[in-house]
Amino acid sequence: MKDQFVVPARLKKTSFVLMGVGLLTLLIGLVAFRGEHSTRFWAGLLQNSSFFLLITLASTFFIAATTLAHGGWQIAFRRVPEAISMAVPVLAAILFVVVMILVFGGRDDIYHWVNPHHVAEDKVLTWKSAFLNKGFFTIATILTLGLWVFFTVRLRKMSIEEDGWDLRPETGRKLLWRNTVVCGAFLVVFTLSVGSTTPWIWLMSIDAHWFSTMYSWYTFASTWVSGLALISLFVVYLKKHGYLTFVTEEHLHDLGKFMFAFSIFWTYLWFSQYMLIWYANMPEETEYFQPRVWGQWRPIFFLNLLINFVTPLLFLMKRDTKRNYTAIVFIAIVIIFGHWLDFWQMVSPGTVKDLVFPWFEFGLGLGFVGLIIFLVANQLTKAALVPKNHPYLKESIVHHT
Amino acid sequence: MAVKKFVVGLFDDEAVLFPAVKKVRTAGYKLHDVYTPFPVHGLDHAMGLRETSLHTAGFIYGITGTTTALSFMSWVFNVDWPLNIGGKPHFPLPAFIPITFELTVLFAAVGMVYTFCYLCQLMPFVKKHIFHPRQTDDKFVMVIEVTEKTNAEEVKSFLAAAGAQDINEQKAEAGWWFGRWDKDDEPYLRKIQTTNA
Repeated sequence: MKDQFVVPARLKKTSFVLMGVGLLTLLIGLVAFRGEHSTRFWAGLLQNSSFFLLITLASTFFIAATTLAHGGWQIAFRRVPEAISMAVPVLAAILFVVVMILVFGGRDDIYHWVNPHHVAEDKVLTWKSAFLNKGFFTIATILTLGLWVFFTVRLRKMSIEEDGWDLRPETGRKLLWRNTVVCGAFLVVFTLSVGSTTPWIWLMSIDAHWFSTMYSWYTFASTWVSGLALISLFVVYLKKHGYLTFVTEEHLHDLGKFMFAFSIFWTYLWFSQYMLIWYANMPEETEYFQPRVWGQWRPIFFLNLLINFVTPLLFLMKRDTKRNYTAIVFIAIVIIFGHWLDFWQMVSPGTVKDLVFPWFEFGLGLGFVGLIIFLVANQLTKAALVPKNHPYLKESIVHHT
Repeated sequence: MAVKKFVVGLFDDEAVLFPAVKKVRTAGYKLHDVYTPFPVHGLDHAMGLRETSLHTAGFIYGITGTTTALSFMSWVFNVDWPLNIGGKPHFPLPAFIPITFELTVLFAAVGMVYTFCYLCQLMPFVKKHIFHPRQTDDKFVMVIEVTEKTNAEEVKSFLAAAGAQDINEQKAEAGWWFGRWDKDDEPYLRKIQTTNA
């Protein structure tokens, strides 16, 4: 049984090439978008860093949610989301640098509430300044990023430490209990951050006048389904290279079901946000959808729905596709790309304004993908691929849907 | 439906049942059904049952619901009784979506329940022969149909070798029938000759 991952030279090369593409795009962007065009440079960075941070954080959420639900089926590949979640510290650092430059770098084209003159002249922004101010933004960002990194690293550390334990029932109970406590605490933090404040201050405050209570959940659904797709991609990759002996198409089937269900969940939130605003038809709310539905962004708006709802719905409906490795890889890539596009249409209409071919954003995205591949492959080598002392391991091995 | 002859065997444990099912199939006997106290994973596969088409039926019911909702609402608000509601267009798709969704789910759910009942031959007041009183209680009951090519005595000894207890031969209606257990089951069987054996 191959239980110790060794990074294949090809994967390493791929990750370096992708990171190179990202870096090159960043440099080209630095030259191409100067002065008044620099908005696009920062919008692209904000979009990509927040998207990729949140989809890797979805792996921590996956571990926490399945642990609290006393799920057993995921144990055979639990080390995969663990390894993906270990990309969170690096991506959190990148995002932190980006948003701090946006807030304190003397620019107000992304977050126009950072400009005190705008706020003073603007009733709405003045009223919101109790919440939308530099101090609150910074403290909330540091607090959430710090807590995410703390819990992610803690869960990973505990899991590796447990490899040195034994299989006695008391040890198993102790293992489950301490995992439950840490996961429970993480989920409280997660709900208060991703489920509430964090997407408001990082992304929704781009359109500082507009507000939507669905926004955070919408962002969560988007990144959670992409996070599941990311986990599936790594699971299939490892399986195809002869690792993860205990993972069968039964586990893949469940991951497929998750992707199917949460694609529908995303659509549900997408529609809930849209329909209430459409129904009430109030100018302060519809201004967000004006450029997206009736402006230049119209094709992207409907493409978003086509890629993220119709495609997974019809494609993953059949049992056979959920159990097919190639089909899962295909739909996982489609889902990640689709939600990347979703983030693009969340960030760009309020900042860049005009619809342009997103070569810069996409190049940066490839760089982030390379970075994630590099970090995750590196993390996968640091521990055995099967947590051999987990009391639910057997349940996962005999898992049958 | 038809009255047929069966050999019935009782099993205590699914660990004994599984190899027995496989043996019966390799021996070429016609397996009528296996009754279990709880859903046994993989038994359908071991019995050689084909994958159910219930989900295909569900999909068809679902899109029927979608079409019904959309076409009915469009007809009402555009053709039959156009109303100006809050200045909204006469074909307000976002407003139609919740109802379309609900009707899709309703059609799919109700349709699938009835189809499931039909496929399993379950309906109010409709009965099926019970081969053993404990068949869905705490015992596993295997029923083998006695065809023209089958020797009932041979099947009995075969089942005994496979670990079955309480082996007996029964003449019973194979499908569902309408009536009452106390009045119809026995007299009904006495009146009619079996079609096989």
